[in-house]
Amino acid sequence: MDSQAQKTIFKVERKGDKLLLHLSGVWKLGCGIPDIDAIESSTDGKATVKGITFETSKISGWDSGLMTFLIKVLNYCQANGLDFDQASLPDNLDRLLKLSQAVPEKEGLGGHEGRGNLFHRAGIASIHHFGEFKASVSFVGECFLSALGLLRGRRPFRWRDFFLVMQEVGVDALPIVSLISFLVGLIISFLGAVVLLRFGAEVYVSYLIGYGMLREMGALMTGIIMAGRTGAAFAAQIGSMKVSEEIDALRTMGISPIDFIVLPRMLALFLMMPLLAIYADIVGIFSGMLISKSLLDIAYPIFLNGMLEAVALPDFFLGVIKGVVFGVIVAISGCLKGMRCGNSADSVGLAATSAVVTGITCIIIANAVIDWIAAVYGI
Amino acid sequence: MKNSQSNGKTHITVSHLEMAYGDFVVMRDLNFTVEHGEVLVIMGGSGCGKSTLLRHLIGLKEPAKGDILYDGQSFVQSSLEEQKKKLRAFGVLYQGGALWSSMTLSENIALPLEEYTKLTPSEIREVIAYKLALVGLAGFEEFYPSEISGGMRKRAGLARAMALDPEILFFDEPSAGLDPISSSRLDDLILQLRDSLGSTVVVVTHELQSIFAIADKAVFLDVEKRTLTALGNPNDMLRDPPNDNVRRFLTRDSGTD
Repeated sequence: MDSQAQKTIFKVERKGDKLLLHLSGVWKLGCGIPDIDAIESSTDGKATVKGITFETSKISGWDSGLMTFLIKVLNYCQANGLDFDQASLPDNLDRLLKLSQAVPEKEGLGGHEGRGNLFHRAGIASIHHFGEFKASVSFVGECFLSALGLLRGRRPFRWRDFFLVMQEVGVDALPIVSLISFLVGLIISFLGAVVLLRFGAEVYVSYLIGYGMLREMGALMTGIIMAGRTGAAFAAQIGSMKVSEEIDALRTMGISPIDFIVLPRMLALFLMMPLLAIYADIVGIFSGMLISKSLLDIAYPIFLNGMLEAVALPDFFLGVIKGVVFGVIVAISGCLKGMRCGNSADSVGLAATSAVVTGITCIIIANAVIDWIAAVYGI
Repeated sequence: MKNSQSNGKTHITVSHLEMAYGDFVVMRDLNFTVEHGEVLVIMGGSGCGKSTLLRHLIGLKEPAKGDILYDGQSFVQSSLEEQKKKLRAFGVLYQGGALWSSMTLSENIALPLEEYTKLTPSEIREVIAYKLALVGLAGFEEFYPSEISGGMRKRAGLARAMALDPEILFFDEPSAGLDPISSSRLDDLILQLRDSLGSTVVVVTHELQSIFAIADKAVFLDVEKRTLTALGNPNDMLRDPPNDNVRRFLTRDSGTD
């Protein structure tokens, strides 16, 4: 292909008190949009130049690239008080240019956050976060009021939804919980094998596994899995219900979305999470037992006896209580983010992401707090 | 012009209503009344706050200022419980139907009946069949909203809105996304329902044909003046436009020539 024909060409010629722009070649977006330096340098400091006119007969092809260039020239002319000879353009260009200038740019649209100086932005962000915080607190309050109402038998409850969610968050989560807790049990026993073997204390691997799974890893790993699996699902479900005005439809029917949607989910997780945590404990301990047998040659009875000597019922219940707390955290963060979701499709994705992040963060913090309280009371 | 004092026949009174998002005032000083059994159309250009006004009327948004009264009683100032009680007399058809997507059509319609009536399950089934037949969807009881077309979803939404025989029916852009025939059928349905049930109807739309076909009274929200600039029968407005923006709206005059 002839490279000359693919080029965008413009020449500036002085003609009396006007500049004549010779435009030729191909003016397409793919060829780039030329700078208007040449025009600026020809007019700078020469007050005698009063306007710009065009010669366009040799243009062989054009699209929005040419229009963008013309608008640039037009803006330059308006800024410098030059006369822009629109009549010298062909009809179709003239019409497009008129169309693009028909509605003047709206002033004062700068209402978006993120503009202004650092203090301004920090202030806006603080107000925004404070508002979110207030909304979260009032949401948690509403959830507890709703749960209280249910306990007193004053509110109707969607039993069918409750059982459906129980299945979704319970039975359906078993495979992934099994896999992860099996691997966690395996990791702990490897750790024990490496560290304890040095001190000849490999018998105590059962202690490590029992203590680690029951008190920490069983509930924690289940919590994190459920935050990713169920928290995100809740946020996305409720968020898309919000986008399609289904939540509004509930409200205008006088049905509280908290009672109808949030409460069944919260109760289902409240019940299922401790059960899942216990299941994770069992799977983890079982896998630890297998590894201890094959790596350290510890027989199953010795492993079990060693473990039962070390761990007691309070360790088990600590894990169960953690499961309950994490379940409530996952349910509340998922439902809260769903209910606070905006009205567009991309805000549903944001809500799901934010539910997972909030859920996992809160679970880790709650875990630390519970451990601290347990340490203080010597549990 | 009717006065805005409530009398025995006035159903909805909007007085000095100001709507705002944060600091941004969408519309101010709105005043109008709707009589029992009247069809009111809220019209205006895109983005002028028509749907926002509807959200105020059905209690989804709180007014920045002013009051909304139903049968002379303030809706804004009543307690949450009272508001809920009033909401039961409303039927709302949302733009996309807003059917609960995890439930079948019959479950959608059954929900308000289960919540607010003491009907037995078999009686509820009969009511559902009747409501679906009314909107031409007999036999679609066990379909999920995702399995039917957009127009059918809208009609099913209408069946749900009518489940409790509401005193006021609200429609948010009923013709949006419908072909001309379905949309004129929906207009007919609205009028028939009003005539046979005596419900008051409030419709948000910018569809001119619908406006002229169904409205007894229309309010025009002017996006430039940020308030209501015309109130009355749209046919009268067309004959004798109260201002230029209304004339341009009703005659599709883009103002370029």
